[in-house]
Amino acid sequence: MKQKINHNNMASQNIIKNKVQGLIYQNALYTIIAIFFGFLVGGIFLWSAGFSPLEAYAKLFSSVFSRPKYLVWSVIYATPLVFTGLSVAFSYKMGVFNIGAEGQFVVGSLAALCVGILVDAPPVLHVLLCMLAAIAAGMAWSFLVAVLRVRFGINEVLSFIMFNWIAFYLSNYVINTEIIHKVGGGEASKDIRESARILLPQSVQNIFKSDKANYGILLAIIAAVGIWFILTKTTFGYRVQAVGLNPHAAKYGGINSNKTMYIAMSLSGALAALGGAVQLMGNSMRISQFAGQEGFGFQGITVALIASSHPIGCIFSGLFYGAMKYGGSKLNLIDAPTEVVDIIMGTIVLFIAISHVFRYLITRRLKNKEDK
Amino acid sequence: MNKTSHIDPNVVAVQMTEIVKKFGNFVANDHINLTVYKGEVHAILGENGAGKSTLMNILYGLYKPTSGSISIFGSPVNIENPRHAIELGIGMVHQHFMLVEPFTVTENIILGMEPTKGMVVDIEKARRKVKELSERYGMHVDPDAKIEDISVGMQQRVEILKVLYRGANILILDEPTASLTPQEIEELINIIHNLTADGKTVILITHKLKEIKASADRCTIIRQGKYINTVDVETVSEHDLASMMVGRDVQFVVDKKPIEPGEVIIDIQDLHAKDYRGVEVLRGLNLKVRRGEIVGLAGVDGNGQTELVEILTGLRKGESGKVIIGDKDLFNADAHTLFDNGVSSIPADRQKHGLVLEYSVAYNLVLQNYEKPPFSKRGILKKDVIKKHAAELVGKFDIRGAEGGTKEAGKLSGGNQQKVIIAREVTNDKDLLIAVNPTRGLDVGAIEFVHRYIVEQRNKNKAVLLVSFELDEIMSLSDRIEVIYNGNIVGSVPGDQADEKVLGLMMAGGTKNETED
Amino acid sequence: MEELIKNLGLVINATLIATPPLLYAALGSTFSERSGVINIGIEGMMTIGAFVGAAVAHFTSNAWLAFLCGGLVGALFGLIHAIACVSFGADQTISGTAINFLAPGVAIFVCKSLFEQSSNTPPLDTAQKLPKLFNGVFEVGSFWNNVLNTYVATYLAFVAVAIVWFIFYKTRFGMRLRAVGEHPKACETQGISVFRIRYIAVIASGFFAGLGGAYVTLCTVSQFRPEVIVGQGFIAIAAVIFGKFTPHGAMGACLLFGLCNGLKVLLGSGNVISPNLISMIPYVVTIITLVLFVGKSRVPAANGKPYFKQK
Repeated sequence: MKQKINHNNMASQNIIKNKVQGLIYQNALYTIIAIFFGFLVGGIFLWSAGFSPLEAYAKLFSSVFSRPKYLVWSVIYATPLVFTGLSVAFSYKMGVFNIGAEGQFVVGSLAALCVGILVDAPPVLHVLLCMLAAIAAGMAWSFLVAVLRVRFGINEVLSFIMFNWIAFYLSNYVINTEIIHKVGGGEASKDIRESARILLPQSVQNIFKSDKANYGILLAIIAAVGIWFILTKTTFGYRVQAVGLNPHAAKYGGINSNKTMYIAMSLSGALAALGGAVQLMGNSMRISQFAGQEGFGFQGITVALIASSHPIGCIFSGLFYGAMKYGGSKLNLIDAPTEVVDIIMGTIVLFIAISHVFRYLITRRLKNKEDK
Repeated sequence: MNKTSHIDPNVVAVQMTEIVKKFGNFVANDHINLTVYKGEVHAILGENGAGKSTLMNILYGLYKPTSGSISIFGSPVNIENPRHAIELGIGMVHQHFMLVEPFTVTENIILGMEPTKGMVVDIEKARRKVKELSERYGMHVDPDAKIEDISVGMQQRVEILKVLYRGANILILDEPTASLTPQEIEELINIIHNLTADGKTVILITHKLKEIKASADRCTIIRQGKYINTVDVETVSEHDLASMMVGRDVQFVVDKKPIEPGEVIIDIQDLHAKDYRGVEVLRGLNLKVRRGEIVGLAGVDGNGQTELVEILTGLRKGESGKVIIGDKDLFNADAHTLFDNGVSSIPADRQKHGLVLEYSVAYNLVLQNYEKPPFSKRGILKKDVIKKHAAELVGKFDIRGAEGGTKEAGKLSGGNQQKVIIAREVTNDKDLLIAVNPTRGLDVGAIEFVHRYIVEQRNKNKAVLLVSFELDEIMSLSDRIEVIYNGNIVGSVPGDQADEKVLGLMMAGGTKNETED
Repeated sequence: MEELIKNLGLVINATLIATPPLLYAALGSTFSERSGVINIGIEGMMTIGAFVGAAVAHFTSNAWLAFLCGGLVGALFGLIHAIACVSFGADQTISGTAINFLAPGVAIFVCKSLFEQSSNTPPLDTAQKLPKLFNGVFEVGSFWNNVLNTYVATYLAFVAVAIVWFIFYKTRFGMRLRAVGEHPKACETQGISVFRIRYIAVIASGFFAGLGGAYVTLCTVSQFRPEVIVGQGFIAIAAVIFGKFTPHGAMGACLLFGLCNGLKVLLGSGNVISPNLISMIPYVVTIITLVLFVGKSRVPAANGKPYFKQK
């Protein structure tokens, strides 16, 4: 009797292993092909501009990996991207394309800035307050869009884009107000107080040889694990994914998709906003007047797509993108344009968007063969 | 009935000989022969899935026959595609209209064949031709009206004009009276007569006996893919037609212990509803289901069953009426509330409503209950309990391919997917079980399985509402059969006294009285 | 009084400079949206159109050729979007976002390659820019000079509205285009190739977006800088939705948004209201209008859904 149970356990373990392998195999394959094509297209551009792609890519690689200091910087660059990636990924699980991450990031950053400058509080509490302000701002920013969609039927892509730009100009406006603006000229806000920063202690900074080493990445990882937990272990996660996968069956099963949408989109907004807060508190320390959108939100879309919207995967794809950004910024040392990173990333996104169709066609053909 | 026929028996407009059409192993058309004369109104009668639509789709070039031949006005042809069919003078008016809502009548008619004057579309020329055609056949269509503003009956005429504009001589009308008011049906029949008077040939695909009697010259009956007969409509009664349409032996015998039905579980009163087009589809329906009984709702698809079930399961809102469950009126309540008050269902479209295909079987098995103990506690899913529950049900209901419940529901076969839903709903054990086409697409073994569980629920003193297009199924399972036609219950028969001819008659709009010879 | 007229002239002038890029892009967008394909990559297409326009003008000193080339490169990216969305059925919003990475990336990359690592093109002198109409006819600074002495390409934009209107509502192609955006299946059953029409529409949207971008560098700014296109593409999309997907409606909306820019020039210079707040106006107005007139903006019924041919 015991033997039989053990055998069943093993069999089901194998089954689970096969299933997991099968899933990852599918997604990862297309992602890797897309990444390959991205580098290929980037390489073509480099070559036609007179650079050796190999030399440029080698420089890219060494700019990230050759020194620990560079790795640290890559992580610093990656941190906000993990947050925006999570934001887009979580939203996608519910079937909503969060192109508004850009605006949510900005308002989060702005809210944290205001609390970071205007409020006087002891260090840990101050950081907490800034983050709470950011979360509130981000939640409000995306909750409004959810209301516009549910109550007024306004397409959320349009609303998100409008809100992105409103946030952009709002940020520029606020940092130019007297209390926020940097004293003595310059196109930026004041720096946030020391108590609001999330930098690592001096001793650790010395080891990493970077004055911007911060624990934002830890927060990002915690957030990623948290989102993973919500999606896979909670009833809320069950609801969110059911609505995203089959809204009809969800309705049949008694799930209230509107309520789910409100909560999920607010959570999404909060994540992107935290990204803004962390970027401010760990890296930039101030917000500058911008001529154009910084792009953290849009880059988050790439992060989420490469990770196939898997929360833990966002950590890795966030690190990938962060490394690319940092390494890319050093390309001008060999006179190669840093924009090649944008070209590579854009190509990757395009190929991933197309690859979904390939996967559908291939699996459908396989299924037809099976049914015969 | 006085009807002038315009048949020219010397000219055969359409000849389909020994048509066979297979989809994989399924034989949709089994050596069917069809002869249609010029100037004739020829009806093709059959139940859902009998094969009549397939046959006409072959004539219109949407399918290629597996074997058999077709001749149009004496010339053998291979109809490659709809455009070819149009060139041959064959036009099809589909049941679901293909009209661009914000465009005018004229624009819709000429789309794809627009007359031009230089670079500009010659709308004036088009208007004139449309008006001319409309007048010739008595259609009274306003060429400048927008589709979204006109009635369904008028829209249908636009579809007919589309076909005539392209020079059709042979018109195929697919279930043309499906959404028409009695007035509009009369007008349509007039138009059909005008068409044949002008030498056009009309083929009607339908299951409505009255309209066949009122408009058709001859009728071909198809049953289960096979050709049954072709009759002169004048010489047969509605009863005869119905009989040929459904006549077959009852196949399944099911163990039903005699039970005296108990209290009324659900009392539907005067239910009114509209379909997605705003056409009234439930016209004051009344229905009761009691404990310990299976009520079979018999009817041809499109008579309001779909909308009725959607209202009862919270997927659609009705216009007015009462749905009394226990002592509460739950008209227009949402899915969650209905479920909590004892209504569960096996939905018609298992993949759309019944399952989240990308979820595991285990997750699907708790679709309505994941939030309640023991499957979750304080918002956290108890995965081990869910898994155990799944393993139990997979074993008990013999769900194949589920790998203990871990496999994605989408990867199971149709029959096993249905078993998942059955397992779930039987376990939910609600007072009312609504089963809609529960054995659609299933093989004999699975069918037997499904029937067994439906009867078991009834034996356990639950109420069952069985909605099915398969008359067999209704007749073998039901304690009481209600027939739905055109949004109302038109007849009620005790299960053991059911006669398929009588039922067929009611399903097609005839009345019991007509069975008396 | 004279002050008022002078200010009015300035505002009109600023409006007439800000509107054409939006208008070209919006006209392009109407093609795409009416055929049922969402194109949010217009921002990226404008950027690369702006670059190519400036670069070609620099090398050839032929502004009209440069203008055309700006449109052609936009059309090229329109083709990419069409292949992804129409043939492959990719999510149209993702594809558009990818183009918003790719197109500016390529633009700046090539710019750096051609112009010694600078992400700006060299400034164009007047001879290399697009010509103005009524140049030298009126006194500089006068009302009529401000209003009428504007670029030929500006007048062309409004002529384009009429042309697009004609195509949409009077020609065969226009009728089919509109039908495809509403009910692609109905069109397919009447023998119209949905794919072909959508391809043409999306490529056209890229072409016009490119023209809009080239206008900015060939008229207003006289050189390409990465920030010449900052939001115009998105405003153009809003204008189209605002204008109920019609060419004349888009024109009205673009004028409105252009006017906001005009006001920004007038008010911002006096520091009366922050230019940032004024810049927000088009976006806020769009949302409020959509809320108030819910249901009245009729989106083409098949918008955003890839069309898969039934075999």
